[in-house]
Amino acid sequence: MIAAHFPALQVVIPLIGAPVCMLVRYRDWSWAVALACSWAALAIAWLMLQQVLAGGPVSYALGGWAAPLGIEYRVDTVNAYVLLIVSAIGSVVMPYARRSVRHEFGTARVYLFYTSYLLCLAGLLGVTITGDAFNLFVFLEISSLSSYVLISLGKDRRALTAAYRYLVMGTIGATFIVIGVGLLYHNTGTLNMMDLAARIAASTADRTIGAAFGFLVVGISLKLALFPLHLWLPNAYAYAPSMVSAFLAATATKVALYVLLRFLFTVFNLELSFGVMPLDIVLLVLAVIAMFAASTVAVFQNNLKRMLAYSSVAQIGYMVLGISYATVTGLTAGILHLFNHALMKGGMFLALGCVFYRIGSVHIRDLHGIARTMPWTMAAFVLGGFGLIGVPLTVGFISKWYLIVGAIDRGWWVVAVLVLLSSLLAVAYVWRVVEAAYFRPPSEAAKQASDAPASMMIPTWILIGASIWFGIETSLPVGVAERAAAELLGAGR
Amino acid sequence: MQTALGLYNYWIVIFLMMAGFYIVVAHDNLIKKIVGLNIFQASVFVLYITFGKVTGGTAPIVDPAFAVYSNPLPHVLILTAIVVGVATTALGLALVVRINEAYGTIEDDEISAQDIEP
Repeated sequence: MIAAHFPALQVVIPLIGAPVCMLVRYRDWSWAVALACSWAALAIAWLMLQQVLAGGPVSYALGGWAAPLGIEYRVDTVNAYVLLIVSAIGSVVMPYARRSVRHEFGTARVYLFYTSYLLCLAGLLGVTITGDAFNLFVFLEISSLSSYVLISLGKDRRALTAAYRYLVMGTIGATFIVIGVGLLYHNTGTLNMMDLAARIAASTADRTIGAAFGFLVVGISLKLALFPLHLWLPNAYAYAPSMVSAFLAATATKVALYVLLRFLFTVFNLELSFGVMPLDIVLLVLAVIAMFAASTVAVFQNNLKRMLAYSSVAQIGYMVLGISYATVTGLTAGILHLFNHALMKGGMFLALGCVFYRIGSVHIRDLHGIARTMPWTMAAFVLGGFGLIGVPLTVGFISKWYLIVGAIDRGWWVVAVLVLLSSLLAVAYVWRVVEAAYFRPPSEAAKQASDAPASMMIPTWILIGASIWFGIETSLPVGVAERAAAELLGAGR
Repeated sequence: MQTALGLYNYWIVIFLMMAGFYIVVAHDNLIKKIVGLNIFQASVFVLYITFGKVTGGTAPIVDPAFAVYSNPLPHVLILTAIVVGVATTALGLALVVRINEAYGTIEDDEISAQDIEP
């Protein structure tokens, strides 16, 4: 049965797609290959989520080598959910990519762009699905290396320096992860995550495991751009091609967040992560600072992609805040926001990509009055912005609701108030765009603009529409997130 | 063997790690940063190889004459990590070439000076 091989196919299809893309060379065909691989990945992720929800975790021995010795792919609710998010974003962004990439990148050697994209997708899916700590590092580097390439392809020369800085910081992060994994292997003699979990739980926490824990947490935090390790992110997302900003903002940091969840709750147990190590309070403080500092910086950005990038750092703060509660409600909020933020931020970056396609700029000065000539694009952007603020009937409201309920459950009233206060900062930076786009006289560029072509508008509206739909009909994301949170905490006991 | 001197491998690892990390952080020259990154990664390779050492063990090749082998798994893992390191270095240097073409310099402070928002 082919269904038995879904875990392998999930990664192998985009991984094989990448060289195929390179061989066909012709631009539309390479795009078609990338599109087909993304959709296939989405179909597999969806079927696997159904499988996992119905029958519990799926374990797959790669190449027939059984678990502790061979590499195991292990799919439970948490990573089936993340796989679905990553492949869904890839599938929605690909139809958009055809025009956007041709516009920003030209037609020469465009197949290399899609090759990098497929490698990045394969890497992200691989990180999510693998049950082996060292395999995770390899996939992490596949996705990171290809995302450095994708970012450096931006039109602005600052894309090059942004990619370089990301490369340096990303490699330091990855090397920290290798050191952590090495120390764990040194102490336990295994690399399989479930095996590691069992052996760490059985041993008393000694200094080697503590050091491994520290290296891993710092390394992963670099990858997920947790304040104050976020310095690579704003320029990388601001100067990357539009499609890449949307794809990476919605997936790369989310996958890193999943890795953090996996290590904190599955590999290390709850007692070690938040008891022996006072990580909950550290995460709480950093998350709150991220929410305020990054949102405040976002208010003063004139490059709107940079504004969204800083807003991403703040939103990562909310997700990490949920994790720091270490309760089912808190984790639900974190995982839910991971899903919701991917929809909102992906949609908003796509909307800005449409603006860039028409007027060649995302500077707020050039967007004056643009809502008159690009009404649908700006409507999408503003609806996404409502989500970031947390207006009711958007997904942002649902995740903030769970965050606040979780804070009150723990008796942390101050945190609940801080979540609300930081939302006001989101009002400020979204309002600046609304004011410029709707209430200012049109700029020269804006007068000539019109809504982007349908192949770009439809993907934008699919993501924004989903961010409204799941704000009203919450059973799928909330149900799965709750189950995932319960599983993560259950595995720690 | 367990004395501080006996663990000299680890002292070398720590020295290389800190030296590499310092170069990455402190130097403005983009190529020197890549060199620092390489030293930093190399220290981790040595760390893994050290883990794999079994006292009195030979190279892990099956031979009836020997019973004690070094652990080959860390060696294999590090082969993979070396490949990743080479790819990273190649990409980093390629980016430096492109940066040099775009800015005419590979000094970080001079690049930042050129990029101040108008």
